[in-house]
Parts: sequence; structure tokens; C-alpha cells
Amino acid sequence: MLADALRAHPAGLDEAFGLVDGLDDALVHGLARLDDDRAAALDALVAAFSATPLAERVTEAIGKIISGTVTDEHLAVLAGCRVALLGAAHDALLTGLDTARGRTREPFPVAAASIDAGHLSAGSRSWLRELAIAGWRGVDHELAAGGSPAVQALLAEPSRRRLAVLLDGFAAELRAAAPVATLPRVPVRRWADLWARALILAQDGRPADPADPVDGRFLILGADLHEHPTVFRCQVHGLLETAGRVRLVRTSVAAAKVDTISGAAAWRMLSAFPILLAGLAEHRSLDVAGMALTAGGDLIWDETRAAAGEPADPFASARVLLAGAVAASTAPLDRHPAVLAEPVLLEGYTATTDAFDLGGVTVGLDVDRLPAAGPLTPELVAASTACIGLLRFDGGWAVQPIALQATVRKKPVVVHTGDWALGPTEAKAAKAEAAAGTAVDVLRERAGRLLRK
Amino acid sequence: MTSEGVAYERRGAAPVIAPVRPRKLAKVPFVELAEGRLQGVVSSGSDPARVYVSSITAGEHGLSCNTNNNRPCGGLSGAHPCNHLRALVDAAVAQYGADRVARYLRVEPPEDETDIWPALHPVAAPGRTPEVFSSFLRHLAYLELPPTTDPLPELQWFPAAGAVR
Repeated sequence: MLADALRAHPAGLDEAFGLVDGLDDALVHGLARLDDDRAAALDALVAAFSATPLAERVTEAIGKIISGTVTDEHLAVLAGCRVALLGAAHDALLTGLDTARGRTREPFPVAAASIDAGHLSAGSRSWLRELAIAGWRGVDHELAAGGSPAVQALLAEPSRRRLAVLLDGFAAELRAAAPVATLPRVPVRRWADLWARALILAQDGRPADPADPVDGRFLILGADLHEHPTVFRCQVHGLLETAGRVRLVRTSVAAAKVDTISGAAAWRMLSAFPILLAGLAEHRSLDVAGMALTAGGDLIWDETRAAAGEPADPFASARVLLAGAVAASTAPLDRHPAVLAEPVLLEGYTATTDAFDLGGVTVGLDVDRLPAAGPLTPELVAASTACIGLLRFDGGWAVQPIALQATVRKKPVVVHTGDWALGPTEAKAAKAEAAAGTAVDVLRERAGRLLRK
Repeated sequence: MTSEGVAYERRGAAPVIAPVRPRKLAKVPFVELAEGRLQGVVSSGSDPARVYVSSITAGEHGLSCNTNNNRPCGGLSGAHPCNHLRALVDAAVAQYGADRVARYLRVEPPEDETDIWPALHPVAAPGRTPEVFSSFLRHLAYLELPPTTDPLPELQWFPAAGAVR
């Protein structure tokens, strides 16, 4: 039962997080200023990895770092330690869920090809090294802005978009928080996560995520929206029906934006994907032909290979097909508890604005993940009787609702996060969107006037 | 094992930047808190092809205002702010809230005071017009980038901004 998995506490999880915390704490005041406690926390990694294939490299890198030599190679080993520890935590948590729910998951294939990070990554690595040496508390305006040239260079190269988007979001936080010396609380885990992920993406020889073309019917379960000052992304979770089998997949469309474009108006930035957006807003299935599906379960969305299908109710799809769908495995280097977003159908619970009592376990609601660009509100969650949600783990399990069946003033209401993909369907939100939408037009006009002179 | 009571320091999704509030952009298309300055671009009231580049340094409150061709603004005399600088501060307060702007400029206005100016002790400062203007052009260039269908796994750390309902 799901409740058992949510209550369970995988063996070794606390120890793994403890080691990660020790590493992360060393980054708060920087590797150039390690006191005895922080050096001891890093030394604990040496012991923890002593029986692994990484043993030799971890011993050398941490020895050198403690004695004051910090090279790119040593930092890559630190990031590698985090991947190993958090990857193991990810696997333990996901295995618990899969076992409880009887989910079959295909193993990730051994990758043949690798990706060359290219010359553009050197600038990112050197900024990430400066950050690690100075520590978060040492980040001033100048250091926070120091990653900007690297980000601009990466943004100009479409194949490096993933690292560019990550670094740009990370750098924006450091700029907003600088000087970090005076910040009341430092997001220690978060910044170490972002730092380590960026460092891994800036390495040469990362394995590629293999993909194969697929034909079938994509049944939408719901949309999850992501955003930082310069990106807006809609990730759609759904079921892909192909000949004889049903797979649990995701697809993603993202657009660059600026901080003043937010809320429902951000959907305008995704106008290059009318078929996917209409599928969300009109609750239709989508037919795909020859579209690439990666081993990690990501359908690489391509409007030229998609067509609108019949009306399809996400709750009906979830009730009939979600339990038996085969899931994909996360790419090895991407495994981390924070990337867990497992679709679940919940019914028969008792709801409040901040938790669901599932009978036997109470699971918190991730209300920070109810976006302004969609119609879901904590009040609707509290009034709901059925929910399609994403199970997430951030120090503990929580549910992020992405679709709700609720009763409001004795009338049944159904809302989905993607309902406003073609514009808000509610009068007040539509008015706000129209006003905010002029921001997009104003900036485009300014861009036209000033950029092309 | 559910998520209640997890410390801010140990949360991957710990919020860092408060979502910016929607505001009208026609008069002040660009404002940012960056490089130790509140800086931005203010549209000219008379000439649609001209913009003013205005900034206030954090700590010292050094004022500067020039056109994008680096000609000094006629309205700014030493420590007395011009209308462009006033519009810039208004836009920053609308976008970030008075608290965040005050913290960045390192002033402590009395509680419930939303006007930042009485707390500032402005002086004249050399302009950084080319830097601020190129920052604005970089800002606009985001609108020209093609969309992407890359799965971008790291965006799991960046949930879309919640509504201030």
C-alpha cells in the first residue's frame, strides 16, 4: 500500500543525507576556510567511500582539498560523491514506492555514446571553482555576477541549453542574495545541489541519454510548471499507449523569458507549441508518430510529429491505465530525491489546505508548487475528493496536486494545472493576464527598436 | 516520512527569490538589483527612440542618469533626483516590494513607510550607462531565444511561482 511506502524510512537514508550535509556545510564558508569540524565532515566521506570504486579518487581529492589545493578535478570528485549518495537515496525511496504500488520499471540501458562538454564549459567550471573556494558566505555582488559571461556563451549554443538554464537560475539567486554574508539563512542543500549538478553537466564524457522513435497515443495526466527569472517550462506527465503496452512518460516545452513576465501570461511564451497547449486546455489525447522517447522516459516533443486526438479525461486515463503503466528509470547521473515526481491518483482521503489524510498516513501538500499560471488553489485542494498528484521528496514525502475533482457550493468542479494553457478560463485571472500580457508586447517592441539598430 | 518540519537549510526547493509582482512596463521597461546598484531603463516622455539609464548605488546612494547615448540627464542636479530616478524607484518597489529594495540599498525606512526616498542620503555618482544598457539589451535578448524541448531535469528545483492570492 502507498501509505506503507510513505511511512517507511529506508535503511541508511539518514546516514547518506548526513554525509551530504557534511559536504554541503563545507561549502557555506568555502573550501579555503575549512575549520576542524568541516574538515572532519569531509574526512567522513573518505571512510564512507573506502569500499567503493571511487575510494582512491575520493581519498586523494579530499586530502588535497583539506590541505588547501582545490582543482577542477578535486571538485568533480566532490560532486561525484553527492551523485553517488543522493542517487542511492533516490533509488531507495523510489524502490519503496514501486514495491508498494506494484510498478514495473525498465532498467536504464548501458549508454554507448558520451557527450563532449566542449570548450564552452571551461568558463562555467572556473566560476563554480571560485564559488566553492569562497563559499556561499563569501559571495559578494562581483562573484555573484561572475558567471554571467559563461551563461551568455552557453545560451547562444542550443545544445548547451540545459547547463545554461541551470546556471542562469542559480546565478540569479546568488545575485539576489548578495552579499550573502548578511543573509539571515542560507539555502545550504539547495545551492549545493545546484552547484554540484552544474559541475557534473560541465564535465566532458557524460553518457548520452539514448532515444528511440515511438508511435502511439499520448494521454495527458497533468501539467507541472517550472520557472525562474529567465525560463518558463511546462512539463506534461502522461501515459503513452503504443502497440500492446502503456508507458508512463513526460514531455517538456520551455521558453526563455524575463522576470517581469510571470503568472498566466508566461503561457504566451510557449505559443510555438499549439498542439500540446490545446491538448492541455481542451483535455484531448494527442497522437504522436515517430517522436523520440528517451530511455529516461522523456518524450522529446515535436509539433510536426503530433496531432490533436479525441477528448480524453485525465481522471479516466489515470483510473484505468496509471496503475499498470510501465515506468522508465532516471538516467544514472540525474538520480536525486529532488527529481522524484511520481504521478499518483488519490481518492477517498480527508483533505485540509495543507495535508491529505490517506488513512494510515498523513502526507503534506506541496502548496508552494501550486502555480499562479494555473487554477488550482489551496482552497480547491481542501474541497477536493479526488486528486492527480506528483509525489515528491524534499526531506520527507509531499504531494503536489496537478488535477482536482472538488465540490464547490454543492457543485462538482474539475480543475487541471494546464487548463489555462491557451489563456485563463476565469474572468478575474483573464483580466490580469491581459494586463500582464501587454508586458510581453512592450518588451518585444523595445527589443525590436533597440536590438536591431 | 513526510515533509513537515524540514529546516530551510536542508530543503532542495527552499525558496530564495520572492516572485516579482506584475507591474506596467511602458514607463520603466527594465529594473534590476545587480552589481551593487538599483539600476534600470526609463522611457523618455517625449522621444520614443530615446531611453534614460538611471542607477542608485547600494550603501552610498550615488545617483546617476544619462541617455542611452551617454548624455547627462538635464533633470538630475547632483544629489537631487530627476523624475527618471523617481520612476525607477517606484518601479523597483512595485516589482520587488519596498523591503527588498531597502535591504539592497542598505537603508532601514521606518515601518509601514513605503517611500524609500526619505531614508536615502543621495550623492552624485559617475554613471555606468554602457554596463546598464548592455544589461538591458541582454535582458531583451532572452525574448529572442528559441524555445527548447530538452527535458531540463534541473528545473525540478524551480517550481513556477505561486499566486499571491
